[in-house]
Amino acid sequence: MTLRDILNKLLRRQEASANTARERLQLVLAHDRTDLSPDLLDQMRREILEVVAKYVEIDIEEGAVSLETEDRMTALVANLPIKRDASGALRTKELTDDSESEPSKEN
Amino acid sequence: MATNTRIILICSGKGGVGKTTLTANLGIALAKKGISTAVLDADFGLRNLDLLLGLENRIIYTAQEVLEESCRLEQALVKHKQQPNLSLLPAGNPRMLDWLKPDDMQRIVSLLSEQFDYVLIDCPAGVEEGFKNAVSASKEAIVVTNPEVSAVRDADRVIGLLNTHGINPIQLVLNRVRPKMIASQEMLSIDDVTDILALPLLGLVIEDEQVIVSTNRGEPLTLNGSKTPAARCYSNIASRLHGEDIPLIDPSKEGSGMRDKLRRLMQTKIF
Ligand SMILES: Nc1ncnc2c1ncn2[C@@H]1O[C@H](COP(=O)(O)OP(=O)(O)O)[C@@H](O)[C@H]1O
Ligand SMILES: [Mg+2]
Repeated sequence: MTLRDILNKLLRRQEASANTARERLQLVLAHDRTDLSPDLLDQMRREILEVVAKYVEIDIEEGAVSLETEDRMTALVANLPIKRDASGALRTKELTDDSESEPSKEN
Repeated sequence: MATNTRIILICSGKGGVGKTTLTANLGIALAKKGISTAVLDADFGLRNLDLLLGLENRIIYTAQEVLEESCRLEQALVKHKQQPNLSLLPAGNPRMLDWLKPDDMQRIVSLLSEQFDYVLIDCPAGVEEGFKNAVSASKEAIVVTNPEVSAVRDADRVIGLLNTHGINPIQLVLNRVRPKMIASQEMLSIDDVTDILALPLLGLVIEDEQVIVSTNRGEPLTLNGSKTPAARCYSNIASRLHGEDIPLIDPSKEGSGMRDKLRRLMQTKIF
C-alpha cells in the first residue's frame, strides 16, 4: 500500500493499472506455464473435491482449486472449507476401513 | 579459431519490442571496445538490421549465397566503415524461410564463430520455425520485453522454450521504460517484470525519442558517443554483457525537480 493507493481509495479513483497488470499476468502465466485448459482444471477440481469429500464434509460449491505461480514455480493450491457441526468440531466421515486418518485442519 | 565465441540470441516472442534496435546498438558498442563482433539477421521474413546499421546499400551477397556455396562468407559479410570490428551477415530472400533448417543455421553460425568473438543473432518474432532455427544455433539468449502485459506474457513463453533447448544463460532486457508512468504506478515496475519472469536483468532501456532519430539516420545511438538516456542504457548493457560491473540506471532517480520528488513520495510503500 502506497500513499498513492490511499489517495486513490479516498478519491474513489480506480486502482493504479500497474497492480491490475501484475495480478492479471500472474494468473494468465500460471495457466500458460502448465498448459492446463480451464476445462481440465475444472475437471481436476471436481475430482479432487470428490476424493476429499470421502473423508470430510466439505462445501462442494465453495471449494476452489487454482494455480498460483512464483519464481517460475507453479503450485496447485486447493482451498476446501470443511463444514463444522454445532459444537464447532470438524465433520469427518465414518471410514469403511479402520485406518486412523487425521482430518487436516482448515487453513 | 575463436573457440569461446559467445553466440547470443536476441529474442522476444512479441514483435516490435526492440530486438533489432538492441542488436544494432550492442553490435556497435562491443565493436567499439575492440571486440570482433558479427551481427546475423535471422529475421529473414522482415529483415531490418541492415537499415538500422546504415548498411543497406552495401549488401552484395547474403546468408543465402553462403549456404548455397555460391560465395564465401567473407564476400557476404558487410564490414561497418566507422567500426570495422563489426560485420553484418545480411538475411537472404524471404523465400529462404521455405527451406531453411536448423542445420543450415548451425552451419552459418559455426562459420561465423571461426572468426568472431561475439555473434549476435537478431531473432524473428514468434515461436515458429524461424525462432526454432535461430535457437538451435545459439548458446545464450537475451530476452527483450516491454513493461506491458502482452510483451511480458510472450516473453514468458519464449523463456520456457529457451529453457527446453538448454540455452544458458538467459538474461532480460526491459526496453521502453517510462519512469514517469512507473512512478504513477501506471506501468509495471522493473521489479514486477523481473519477479514475474524470474530472469537476471541485464539492463533496462528508457523510452527515448532519440532512438527513432538514430534509426532515421542509420546510425545506432552507441556509434557517436551520444549522451541521451537510451544511449547510456545500451552502452551499459554492452559492458555488462562483457562482464563489467556497471550499476543499473534507477529510473525513479531520473529527474530531481519538486514534481519528481512528490512522485517518489507518493510511491513510497507505507504498509
Ligand atoms: N527505447 C526505445 N525508445 C523509443 N523507441 C524505441 C525504443 N526501442 C525501440 N523503439 C522503436 O520501436 C520500434 C520497434 O523496434 P525494433 O527494434 O524494430 O523491434 P523488433 O526488432 O523487436 O521488432 C522501432 O520503431 C524503434 O524505433
Ligand atoms: Mg526486428
